[in-house]
Amino acid sequence: MKVKVLCRNPDNYLRETKKDIFKVPRNYDPSLHPFEASREYVRALNATKLERVFAKPFVSNLDGHRDGVSCLGKHPFRLSWLVSGSYDGEVRLWDLPQRENLWSFQAHSGYVRGLSFIPDGTQFVTVGDDKTIKFWYTEGGEEPVTMYLSKTVLMGISHHRRNPMFVTCGELCQVWESSRNEPVRTYQWGTDSIHSVSFNQVETHIMAACASDRSIILYDTREAGPVRKVVLRLRSNKVCWNPMEAFIFTCANEDYNLYTFDTRKLKQPINVHMDHVSAVTDIDYSPTGKEFVSGSYDKTIRIYEANKGHSRDVYHTKRMQRITCVMWSLDNKYVLSGSDEMNIRLWKARASEKLGVLRPREKLAFNYNEALKEKFATHPQIRRIARHRQVPKMIYNAQKELRTIRLKKKRKEANIRAHSKPGSVPHVPERKKHVVAEHE
Amino acid sequence: MRRRLTTSAKVSVNKYIGRPQVEKTEMELYSRGAGPDLSGVKSRAHAKKLKKRERDIEFSAQQTVRTDILLSEESGYLQADEGEVTTQFTQRQIADSVDITSATKRFDLNLREFGPYRMNYTRNGRFLLLGGKRGHVAAMDWVTKKLMCEINVMEEVFDVRWLHQETMFAVAQKQWVYMYDKQGIELHCLKKLNRVLRMEYLPYHFLLTTASELGYLSWLDISIGKIVSEFNSRMGRLNIMAQNPFNAVVCLGHAKGVVTMWSPNMREPLAKVMCHPRPIQSIAIDNEGRYMATAAVDRGLRIWDIRKFDGSVVNYKLRSSPSSMSFSQRRMLSLGMGNIVEVYRDCCKTTAERAYLRHRLPRTVGNMQFCPYEDVLGVATAVGFSSLLVPGSGEPNFDALESNPYQSKSQRKEAEVKALLEKIPHDMITLDPAAITEIDVPTLQDKVEATKKLLVSRFADMELKTDCVADNIPCLLCIRVLKGLRETHFLKGVGVVAVTRGMLPVGSLVDIILGSDTAWCAKDMRTDET
Repeated sequence: MKVKVLCRNPDNYLRETKKDIFKVPRNYDPSLHPFEASREYVRALNATKLERVFAKPFVSNLDGHRDGVSCLGKHPFRLSWLVSGSYDGEVRLWDLPQRENLWSFQAHSGYVRGLSFIPDGTQFVTVGDDKTIKFWYTEGGEEPVTMYLSKTVLMGISHHRRNPMFVTCGELCQVWESSRNEPVRTYQWGTDSIHSVSFNQVETHIMAACASDRSIILYDTREAGPVRKVVLRLRSNKVCWNPMEAFIFTCANEDYNLYTFDTRKLKQPINVHMDHVSAVTDIDYSPTGKEFVSGSYDKTIRIYEANKGHSRDVYHTKRMQRITCVMWSLDNKYVLSGSDEMNIRLWKARASEKLGVLRPREKLAFNYNEALKEKFATHPQIRRIARHRQVPKMIYNAQKELRTIRLKKKRKEANIRAHSKPGSVPHVPERKKHVVAEHE
Repeated sequence: MRRRLTTSAKVSVNKYIGRPQVEKTEMELYSRGAGPDLSGVKSRAHAKKLKKRERDIEFSAQQTVRTDILLSEESGYLQADEGEVTTQFTQRQIADSVDITSATKRFDLNLREFGPYRMNYTRNGRFLLLGGKRGHVAAMDWVTKKLMCEINVMEEVFDVRWLHQETMFAVAQKQWVYMYDKQGIELHCLKKLNRVLRMEYLPYHFLLTTASELGYLSWLDISIGKIVSEFNSRMGRLNIMAQNPFNAVVCLGHAKGVVTMWSPNMREPLAKVMCHPRPIQSIAIDNEGRYMATAAVDRGLRIWDIRKFDGSVVNYKLRSSPSSMSFSQRRMLSLGMGNIVEVYRDCCKTTAERAYLRHRLPRTVGNMQFCPYEDVLGVATAVGFSSLLVPGSGEPNFDALESNPYQSKSQRKEAEVKALLEKIPHDMITLDPAAITEIDVPTLQDKVEATKKLLVSRFADMELKTDCVADNIPCLLCIRVLKGLRETHFLKGVGVVAVTRGMLPVGSLVDIILGSDTAWCAKDMRTDET
């Protein structure tokens, strides 16, 4: 007879001293882990609930400006620095981790219209209502390094990614080189003024601008004239290039929507991003190019996934007024917003993310929860909890109203279609509704 | 053993370079089933996503096979020499030939005064609970033989059951169910659970299931102290009960030879299986929820594949009918027949020729249970308790995050919190516990039936009041529902007429718009039926 009975040596399973960690032997045999699916579902449900519990996106508030914030500038490589300009012509430099104002001075008389850093980050350039373009040292200094006088009104500025070249817009779109006092190139298409311009960060000689004739114009600095133009139903306030995909840009429009275009095919936007209930004033892409943030006249900030039509999150506070400018920080973790009521607010880009250093086990747990949430994302109960957002009553009512209007239009169209000759009232997809014309 | 890594023959030169090879057959244990059929997926992006998911799942199975090398314990065994059979070895012989520690696991408790006894082990197999018919209740750490508490409840005791941990247990007494803590202090008296005969505890749902003498089935959520479901099974006295550990469905055995399966969400049994022509004596279900053993008074023992409901797999005829049965973690089946306990090995898929072990006890067996993670069978008898050695019955490697026999107090507390956080809601108890991960696509048949249900319905008697506006436009009729008739009515000249399945109160008005051929609509009905 050969016999052996299970006999464990407790020393292999118990820790030796109290300071030791517990021994946790694992056995992944599925028969020892029953109800795998149901338990995962419950875990996913808990994770989703916890995500909503910990969704506290507001980090801090930078106050000091004496008038509404008009523009924000991001330093090309110092995460902690932020420059902001305001309606009273003041420019301030902020230290974000300390949440303090490093210096401030009067840069322009009237609005600071635009602000952009030069590639090495030592200087930045501002334009104001006083028709001047001024370069400033980032380290501080009351006097500008250099100053250019423009003959026309200036509404915005954007610096080239690498070269000492920048573009201003206003009545005209002008390309400047820092060694020259006069613009090296001037573009005009029609008589309307241009209120926003931005350089592509990948294909660095391409620019896009928004004109008040409802159009978005594309320029190439290598060409003598503008390249293409697309006209939308209402005017766009701001245009922003995707930092990872050179041919994609998104514009913030007056008609409450954002439109993402492919420069190769301007006939229709590749995506329409809805959800705002008032004009969208500013937009900025995340450095990954996967998401962008938009600020609106409806006093909310929304975060969109670049390829989705609806926002994944909405931020608002009671005291925050109309948003004038938004910015996504270069570490992809924070979002900044400047608003009418003189404050700059710092938000987390992912509302429930835990800040600070994560321990390996925490990281593991978060990753596991993310995977679970993704796995069960379509379950009705989980989807409901994950999607729910509390919004101010004003927004809620406006959303309801917009929904009614949209439904009414849809119903009316369906009625017309039902009572017309088949095929005479075609279905027009949402993406085709917004572009009025495309010029070359 | 099944879990040793075998590197394939091809890689002989550099078998230590890179990750160890994993054979397909080794991955079968951790397989989550075949992936979805991708032929029907229309978009390429989705197909790609699904393919990636399948690859990830396979990779995780591979990695899990690689972790098998960390499993430290080997299972027990009993091998007979030539000319011997394992049945001939007595408990004394086995205890004499194993090591001292294991030999201490073979013991008898003589408790002659308060029997017959019932017993229960905790989920980690460390603690033992005994309840004598005449009121004796004792809880102990049976490995160290340390008594936790011993009380006499001064009442008849029908069943005892550990709750989620060794800190609490439930006792079904003469009138009501009581809960005690590990010191024997009465925590609760559950007067709602009346005259309970059998109890089962569902650890992942935190439910204490009770079956009463009056035919009532109850599920008590012990984490919130609420009865989540309670109803009369209408099956008479319920004294045979077992839970399916795979899907938390409760099985009851009845005198008509029927086994019924119950979930708290339905007042009707989920399944009724006619198992034997004679009254059922006992039921046991294996850990993976594959096989159910049923025994009847006609000495028949049948093994069923309960995932299929397709006739019994194996039939046995025994010498006498077993009054209690139990499956071990490695699927050995023990039978208590009178004062004899027999253990069978490999008896589910194939017919076992003879018993693996046999043991004669002084008196009749009350109930028994294989101790989890040990090669031990605990048998409660009329005069005490016997702990028998059954080599190879227990799972050698436990998962400490699931149940840990060497748990410390702080680990126990943490495990309790974790378990509570992932308590499965009782309404997820179904025959197939993985249903939650499947896609809920109503089949074409379902859809067709739903439409049929909407369109064709039995008629109540109707009195017609026609308010025809004109002959050629759809006209509005008022139909008064009367008592009585339940057959289809056709209105002359209009086509099919609607309506009710007797759901409307008698005398109520239903507006029916009669259009061309079958277009019609009953205002109230639509909302009810869709």
